[in-house]
Amino acid sequence: MSRYSAFALLRNWLGGNTDWDPVWRSPEPASSYDVIIIGAGGHGLATAYHLAKHYRPGRIAVIDKGWLGGGNTGRNTTIVRSDYFYKESADFYDHSLRLYASLSQELNFNIMYSARGILNLAHSRHEVDFQRRIVNAMQLNGIDAELLGREEVLKFCPVLNGDPNARFPIYGAMRQKRGGTVRHDAVAWGYARAADALGVDILQNTEVTGFRRDISGGVQGVETSKGFIGATKVGIATAGHSSVVAQMAGFRLPVASYGLQAFVSEPVKPVLHTVIGSAVIGSYCSQSDKGGIVCGGGIDPYPSFAQRGSAATMEKVLAGIVQLVPTFSSLRLLRQWAGIVDYTADSSPIIDRSPVPGIYLNVGWGGGGFKAIPAGGEAFAHLIAKDEPHPLTTAFGLQRFRDGALIDEAAAAGIEH
Amino acid sequence: MMRIACPNCGLRDEREYAYGGEAHLDRPELDCDDQAWEEYLFLRANPKGEHAERWVHVHGCGVWFNLIRHTETHEVVAVYVMGVARP
Repeated sequence: MSRYSAFALLRNWLGGNTDWDPVWRSPEPASSYDVIIIGAGGHGLATAYHLAKHYRPGRIAVIDKGWLGGGNTGRNTTIVRSDYFYKESADFYDHSLRLYASLSQELNFNIMYSARGILNLAHSRHEVDFQRRIVNAMQLNGIDAELLGREEVLKFCPVLNGDPNARFPIYGAMRQKRGGTVRHDAVAWGYARAADALGVDILQNTEVTGFRRDISGGVQGVETSKGFIGATKVGIATAGHSSVVAQMAGFRLPVASYGLQAFVSEPVKPVLHTVIGSAVIGSYCSQSDKGGIVCGGGIDPYPSFAQRGSAATMEKVLAGIVQLVPTFSSLRLLRQWAGIVDYTADSSPIIDRSPVPGIYLNVGWGGGGFKAIPAGGEAFAHLIAKDEPHPLTTAFGLQRFRDGALIDEAAAAGIEH
Repeated sequence: MMRIACPNCGLRDEREYAYGGEAHLDRPELDCDDQAWEEYLFLRANPKGEHAERWVHVHGCGVWFNLIRHTETHEVVAVYVMGVARP
């Protein structure tokens, strides 16, 4: 892998930009690998990178039925943050945010981390009380959350609807300054390039159709659209399709899959320099570097594997955006899309061994997988290499559903993820 | 916009309805073991394909009913009343 640098830019410019190296190879599948990761999204690629860099378990492949980064990694609203309530979540997601902050250097690939801050608005006195409680909890967990009063909010972000007689008047907000945005495609491309350079085979357009298991039940490899590929360790990182892959291996998961939509407007001049959102209204948005207003909201209200999204939800989310910033009502949408996300009952992920020996799970991220990619990859690589959970993810196992030891973030912070 | 035929009111837009989870889950006896309780509470089929599920016509007649819906095409294959076995 040739390093990207100002010097490389200059050298290639002088050469007419004709001899840049391919960013990754497109190898044919080998007959077997030591580890196979299913799903070439952010988590799958980050896992392969950490495995190859720190654990060297032998030959590693990441296989995907489509192209790398073509699922939810390329379909989200690019927001990263760690404003979680419970200590287990705060420790894990804050580790992830800190890894994001230095990821451009780690991968030698500009992921455009922008710590522009995240503002969650409060629209009533009671919500202000609630935010005070969760901000206190976050600060005790070492997260840089803070409370802002109404005047501070409107001074910081004047584009917001400051009308005191608005349907949702602004009473204040909680903010995490280190939260912000990251260029989502760059995360997939950066991890893919770095993993490829360490010898990982990224097999695109290779669909897993089944598992082959030995007499004792352990995994022997995967059947794919390009034939059988052997491996005694297989990791599943397929987001919304986790239960589809689990069904091939013969077990069920405590997840349900939903469409989660995002929208981007036509580009306009810089008007919004932070991320704004409201749990009550159920919408949030930020402005991309290209100028588009990137909007998101709650999941569609019924299970779906269709990557298009419900029109009723679209109307609800966008009506909320216009409540937050009335001037956005004159914008036209450029694109709309939906990713399929797998939700657990407590909105927390599952990073654990599966019921089948040799098959490992990195699933159940719901709408919050993107922000967790660096730490998720690190933890999943540890789990696969050592066959025991990473210290940061011991609470995120399958056993918690049997024990009732849920980490119910959705109920705790009132924010969907 | 998905449209669903309520057994009472006929074909209406999805926004009149609310989804109520997977259908035909049998609640185990209260003295069951943790595994049976976990399966009842949390483990789901979540198929990419035909799914039996409960809906309520919340902004209509208010009646709960079952339907079979394809989770990829959103085609409603069958609508049937509560208490009837999956067709």
